[in-house]
Formats: sequence, C-alpha cells, structure tokens
Amino acid sequence: MAFLELNGVQKRFAAVTAVEDFNLAADRGEFVSFLGPSGCGKTTTLRMIAGFELPTAGSISIDDADITHRPPNRRNVGMVFQSYALFPNMSVADNIGFGLRIRKRPKDQISRRVGELLELIHLEGRGDRYPWQLSGGQQQRVALARALAIEPQVLLLDEPLSALDAKIRVALRKEIRSIQRQLGITTVYVTHDQEEALSLSDRVVVMSEGRIEQIGAPADIYNFPATAFVASFVGTLNLLDAKVVDAGAGRLAVDGQEIRTGQPVTVAGNGGTVGIALRPEAISLGEPTDGQNRLRGTVDDVSFLGSIVRIRMRLGEVGPSISMDTFNDPHLQLPGIGETVSASFPSTAMLVLERPAAPIADEVAAAEA
Amino acid sequence: MNMEEATGQPSVGVRAPGAMDSIAAPAGSRRRSGSIIWWIVFITGFLYFFVPLLGTFAFSMRAQPAFSAYSVVVDDPQFAATLIYSFVVGIITIVVATVLIVPTAYWVRLRLPRLRPFIEFITLLPFVIPPIILVFGLLRSYSGPPLPLAGSDFGSNVLLVAAYVVLSLPYMYRAVDTGLRSIDVRSLTEASQSLGAGWVTILWQVIFPNVRVAILSGAFLTLAIVVGEFTIATFLARPAFGPYINLIGGNKAYEPAAVSLISFGLTWIAMGGIAMLGRGSRQRVQVAGAR
Repeated sequence: MAFLELNGVQKRFAAVTAVEDFNLAADRGEFVSFLGPSGCGKTTTLRMIAGFELPTAGSISIDDADITHRPPNRRNVGMVFQSYALFPNMSVADNIGFGLRIRKRPKDQISRRVGELLELIHLEGRGDRYPWQLSGGQQQRVALARALAIEPQVLLLDEPLSALDAKIRVALRKEIRSIQRQLGITTVYVTHDQEEALSLSDRVVVMSEGRIEQIGAPADIYNFPATAFVASFVGTLNLLDAKVVDAGAGRLAVDGQEIRTGQPVTVAGNGGTVGIALRPEAISLGEPTDGQNRLRGTVDDVSFLGSIVRIRMRLGEVGPSISMDTFNDPHLQLPGIGETVSASFPSTAMLVLERPAAPIADEVAAAEA
Repeated sequence: MNMEEATGQPSVGVRAPGAMDSIAAPAGSRRRSGSIIWWIVFITGFLYFFVPLLGTFAFSMRAQPAFSAYSVVVDDPQFAATLIYSFVVGIITIVVATVLIVPTAYWVRLRLPRLRPFIEFITLLPFVIPPIILVFGLLRSYSGPPLPLAGSDFGSNVLLVAAYVVLSLPYMYRAVDTGLRSIDVRSLTEASQSLGAGWVTILWQVIFPNVRVAILSGAFLTLAIVVGEFTIATFLARPAFGPYINLIGGNKAYEPAAVSLISFGLTWIAMGGIAMLGRGSRQRVQVAGAR
C-alpha cells in the first residue's frame, strides 16, 4: 500500500482546470518530483497535499488516512516555501522550534531537537541569529530544518532553490537529498528545473497543462519519453518530421533520406507523418556501423561547450537541422562549417511519436539561447 | 583628423591644465546648493513648529511671578485627574483599536482582497463625519433600551472609548495595512499552518509582532487625538483633558497656555514611552526569496 496517495485529484478555479485527474502513489521514504513549465499545475497539486487548496474532486491520503478535507494545521506535513517564509520576528532557533512549541513539547526537548537540526544543516552556533542576518542559502536551510523539526509524515518543497544562484543550488540540493535519505521522509519536490528533478528523485512526475504526461524513474523519463511534450521538455532533443515509407517494416524518410526504426510503426500508416525524437548524445559523427541509420548533411555550426562539443548539421539545402553532442577530445578532428558529413545513430535511439514535432531549429536553438 | 585636431579642444581622456578642477567644480557646487536647500527646508519646518510653541511659552510667562501659571496648573487636582483620565482612555482606545483592526486588516489581506477598497472607504468616514454628529448619534442610540449606556459613568466611558476607536480608524487601519504590506502575509500564514498553528497563534505569535512598528505609528496619532479631543468628551460629560483645557481657558488668562505646553510635553513623553516599547526589536523587513 502506498504511503502518499492521490486518487483522481482535480482542481478547478472558476472555468479554469488547473489540475485534472491526478493519480500518484508514492511509497514511504520515496523522493518524488513534480516537473513541468510554469502554470502546469505542479504547485497547485502540492498545495492540495498541504491543505492550502481544496480539491474539486478526488482524494488524498497519507498512511491510509484520508486527509482531503483536513485543515492544513492538522496534517503533520512539513513544507518548505519558495520564499523561505521564515518568521522575521524570531531567531533561527525560535523559527526551528516553532512547530514544537505549538505541540507543547518540553523546553529541554525543544532545545535538544533544535540543536540536532542546527547540526544537520551545518549552522551550529547560529541559533541566535535572525533571518535577515543570513544568506539566501542559509535561510533556506533554516526553512528546511523548521519543516523537519516536527517530524512530518511528508515533506513538501515548492521550488525551494529557485531564488539561489547556480553553485549554491547544486550544493544545497545535494544536501537536501542527503538529509532526506538519512531521515527516510516521503518527499514531494516541485521544480521547473529538469536537472534538479532528474538528479534528486526516485521518480519524476512530468506535468503539462494540469495533466500528468509521464511518471517514471529519471532514466526512464529521459531515455523513454512517453509523449512529445516529455521528449521536448526533458533534456535537449532533436525533433524531426518523418514520412512513413513502410509502417510494417519500420521504414521512414527524413528529408528524402531513409532510416529504419527497427520495429513496426504503429502511430501512423504508410504516407503519414510522424515525429522522430533523437537525443544529441545518441548521434555520432561519421559513417554508420552495422545496423545503424545514417543521415547526411552540411555542418551549420560547431559549438564548444566545455566537456561537450555540439555540432549542428542541416539536412539538404533547406531541410531540418539536427544537433549531435560528442565528448570533447583534444585529438578529435572537428568538421568545418559547410563541410558535408554523415551522422549515424542506432535505431533504438529513435522515438517515434504520434504527432509531427516542431522543427529542430526552434527546439535546440531556443534551448541554447 | 581626430576630435582634438578638428576642434582644437582636448579630446576625451586628455586633460587640459585646470580641466580637472573645472570638471569637479560643478558637481561640488551642486552638492553644496543641494544641502543648503535641505537646511532651509529643515529650518523652516523647525521654525514653523517651534515658533508657536515659543509664543505660547512667552505668553504663559507673562503671569507674575514667573512660572506662576505653571504652578497654578500643576497644583490644580483637576489637571492631573483629567490628564490621567485621557491617557488611560487613550491607551484603552489603542488596545481596542488594535484588537479590532489588526485581525480585520489581516483577514481582508489574506482572504478578502476584493473588499479592501470598501473597508478603506469605511475607515475614512471619520474624516467626513464631524465628531458632533458622531456623539449625538451615540447619545441617541444608547440613551435607552436595549443598551442604555449613556445613563451611567461606566457606560459613558465605554461610549467614549468606542467613539475614539472610530476616530482612530483612518490612522490605525492605514498604519496596520501598510505594515502588513511589508510582510508576506500569505506565506507566513501557510508556514505557520503547516507547522500546526491555529488562527489565534498565527495572529499572536506571527502577525502582531511583525506589524508592531506599524501599530505603534498608528498609536502615536491615536494618543495625540484622544488627549486633545474636546467635543465628544464634553457631550458625554467625561472628565477628560480636552474639556478641562476649555474650562481653564474660560476662567484664566495665562494658565491655558501653560496647560497646553505641559500637556504637549507629557504627550511627547508618552509617545517616547510607546516608542521605547517598540525598540529593541531586531527584526527587519522580511527577506524573501523569489515568488
């Protein structure tokens, strides 16, 4: 039996459906991320778990207890807010101990617990400071400690790192994950940052327009996206239109060049158009080996990204572009702009999607901008 | 041909002798003239405020011997009694207004933002309704059943406080509302709720402390209004300071000036005391992350 369950949860605001038919079963101690663009309903769903929004339909339960209509102050759910929401009139120690004072724990117990948490978040000796005396990263750690102090059944984090700079974000998310593992608390993490979601989570829920697009482990989400949205939102992706030459044999044509999927095409018939999704790292520069597909084109751009070199190639004169990523190697001979090259990839690296996808120039160029 | 050659003037980055002085001088004279203007404003305001007080003091000193007007006032038992009465009523008014306005402003900000314009309009009504109308309305409403408050001292005191709470609405509500604007009311409320706090705890431990400075600023104005208020206190026949000043003025020449200055000084001391209550707070405006 799952520890945290959302069954058919829906949220409507007047004529707008913010969340539609949300179903999730999270195990005890699991770290689940809600990932999606702004306005996809991930924060609304989180707020329904916290009790700040009432679902229009469906139910939410924690450890077999239905909490759908329980007020937020009786759910024993810890929450970390995007804006930290530390109490400005209280010191760090008082902030962390607030929930314990509400529960009328003895003073020595509160003091001990606050001390433990200060040590956990590496802020020993700073219990008497006030929030305005701390950096953003320190404030967020205090917010985390405050949420953990009450030993919540579920920990909710609403984009807690979005206000911090990149280095602190990376360091703090490792810390969050380490603490979560150590304490074994079921955690729901809302983010629009795919790197955060993929690196932290046991499972990722990708959302779009109030609906779940896919739930799965980070590797599954990345390598086997179920929909065009997941494919384009998670990671960098080449999206191409392809014509179905022989659906049964899995033969497709991209800009007149034939490629094979290795299995029958089921999403469209012969003559129809499908979308092909290809990760840049799955494409290699050079002639194909046995069984691999090949596309020929002209090099448009070579970008040095540090450990990765990204080569953009245009198929035909005015055809679509694809990007391929290769690890930086000082001895690697890179092609020049305008040079005709071959790109190869295994048929298993291709995803055939139902709807024709947007031209690659928009997708990767936008991601690189 | 470069700029220097074309114009015969030093080009940018090349300084002619004395150029540094001529560049620096305009900025320096601008600073000096700016500070002079501020000094003029400050001195004008200072004179505008203190000259009438000086004049009042000079008038009070005409009584012979010197300072006799003050000794007459201080020796009058009615002076202390009415001043203490007005201060006590002022403090009670501040407390009642705070208890009424802070939860209201908080709830409006949190749950009923569309009502804000309507509430703001109501709080401005005391500016429009003269105190004489207010007190006659109170007397008419509470002279008989079901609540005959006007017939007793206690009831009249209650009416006086109620009237003063109404008079304080524009100042207290605006001050508290401004204070609430400087904190993230919603996030603080939700954070408190997630930690198990109920509404009373949220108001008492989170909201009130964070709008304390705002409450104090409204309290200053309220106290000043209450101590000097005449109309309502007179018609409710309360032994307040405003009617006492008027009574003194009808009978004596120099003592009203002395009373005014003494009450002015005592009111400032009381405000200083209130300010001291708000001191020592190390809180700052909430430092928030991105929203």
